[in-house]
Amino acid sequence: MSLASETRPMTRREWLLSDRPQSRLQARLGRAYMTWRRFSANRLAVLGLLILLALILVAAFADLLAPHSPFVGNLAGARLLPPGSEGYLLGTDDQGRDILSRLIHGSRLTLVVVVLVAIIAAPVGLIVGAVAGYAGGWIDAVLMRLTDIFLAFPKLVLALAFVAALGPGIENAVIAIAITSWPPYARIARAETLTVRNSDYIAAVRLMGASPARIVFRHVMPMCMSSLIVRVTLDMAGIILTAAGLGFLGLGAQPPLPEWGAMIASGRRFILDQWWVATMPGIAILIVSLGFNLLGDGLRDALDPRESGQ
Amino acid sequence: MTQAVAVENLSVVFDDFKALDDVSVEVASSESFGLVGESGSGKSTLLRAIAGLAPATEGTIRVGGREVKGTRRDKAFYRAVQMVFQDPYGSLHPRQTVDRQLMEPLAVHGIGDGERRILKALDEVGLGSGFRFRYPHQLSGGQRQRIAIARALILEPSILLLDEPTSALDASVQAEVLNLLEQVRRDRKLTFIMVSHDLGVVTHMCDRLAVMQGGRVVERLSSADLVAGRIAEDYTRSLMVASGGFRREAQTA
Repeated sequence: MSLASETRPMTRREWLLSDRPQSRLQARLGRAYMTWRRFSANRLAVLGLLILLALILVAAFADLLAPHSPFVGNLAGARLLPPGSEGYLLGTDDQGRDILSRLIHGSRLTLVVVVLVAIIAAPVGLIVGAVAGYAGGWIDAVLMRLTDIFLAFPKLVLALAFVAALGPGIENAVIAIAITSWPPYARIARAETLTVRNSDYIAAVRLMGASPARIVFRHVMPMCMSSLIVRVTLDMAGIILTAAGLGFLGLGAQPPLPEWGAMIASGRRFILDQWWVATMPGIAILIVSLGFNLLGDGLRDALDPRESGQ
Repeated sequence: MTQAVAVENLSVVFDDFKALDDVSVEVASSESFGLVGESGSGKSTLLRAIAGLAPATEGTIRVGGREVKGTRRDKAFYRAVQMVFQDPYGSLHPRQTVDRQLMEPLAVHGIGDGERRILKALDEVGLGSGFRFRYPHQLSGGQRQRIAIARALILEPSILLLDEPTSALDASVQAEVLNLLEQVRRDRKLTFIMVSHDLGVVTHMCDRLAVMQGGRVVERLSSADLVAGRIAEDYTRSLMVASGGFRREAQTA
């Protein structure tokens, strides 16, 4: 039996699931494969992932995919055409611009907002929370009261105030959303840190003589990562909606940028007679938000720290 | 005989609770010293205070003749003193491979030649290189404890603090781990300070022991005295009866 399994070459699956990995790479890939198996067992989560991949592809190949220019319309002959008109699949807006092309180019803006907010807000929250939780004492008190102050304002109102101060524009919208979205991440990171800081494995690292910075960055933070990734993914929908909301209020992306929220705002004027102008970007926002939510739910099951911890 | 660890009049107070009350203990170099007592008697706290994991409120702790203070110690201290924890399920980082956990102390102390040292450490605790890239969840309790011992030994300390290293393991694995500890002590001439509530384990492993109760040392004696029943304190006697375990005649009588 054992002889047979030694002589027979391993399949790739067996190699990944091996109990006794032979190299760092195999151990890491095996772990990733286990996570992927848990994730892909959830059909809806895979659907969410596909939506996200589609969004990325559309954004990457926007120039090839869009049939018309997103900025220059046909004012003379193609104003407010309904969906299904010849050459204009989703219709045109009040300036004769193809809505489909604008949606395709708008996916870039959506993606930029989401990615920038995630890479600004998540690390800030993680560092603030992990440092506060590990250090304790007055450092904890100062950092967490600061977090409380940010949490005391409604997110959109605070973002509005920041944009109003910084001036309208997509970059400032990103900064404003990032500033308002890190506090929940700090809370999560602190809670996770508090559960691991007194564990024996952290005590063992302290006994090696590791510096507090090393302990926080290399040993505590990896334990916070899974809940943070899940939370950030679930927040993506909210971030998209906030960005769209700022765009709708005219404080986000400025015309003629094809930002989805701004597109809804401009379609609002003729929503009763030409419903598609406002509806199409609304559907796009709905689909992408749904995709992120499904993905986040799937990640929560796949990365559950309490399950994979053992 | 030189002193490895000397604790004088040590008190540790958590908020209003006195975990250690005026405790003095001396451990000679290359000696194996036992601390026994019931749960909550302060034996683990004493160990953690020596390691710098619990703050000393009063008294002094000397390691290798040098006084150590507070909970921050210098690198030389950490190279000389290492600890093995009670629960092998909680003492290994769940997200790191064995390789990474053994590499960490070497990285912290800037010791090169990691490859060879890790293989040697694994070999020494009786685990082959096949265990090197496993995660803790792929190991049994006994294997985890061996990894924890390898991690403590990789810095080549002279003093090893053992906090009930076998109480979370089942009986057959317990014997294996105890034999392993015996062997590394003999090979490396280590000083052991071992906490246990199991008098059998302590008499097997240690030359001398201190009996603790309610944060105080109530009796110091040698293992030979304990085995021969030369006991002065009632508490030690009751501990000895309790550690004899469940007896049938007690029930039938």
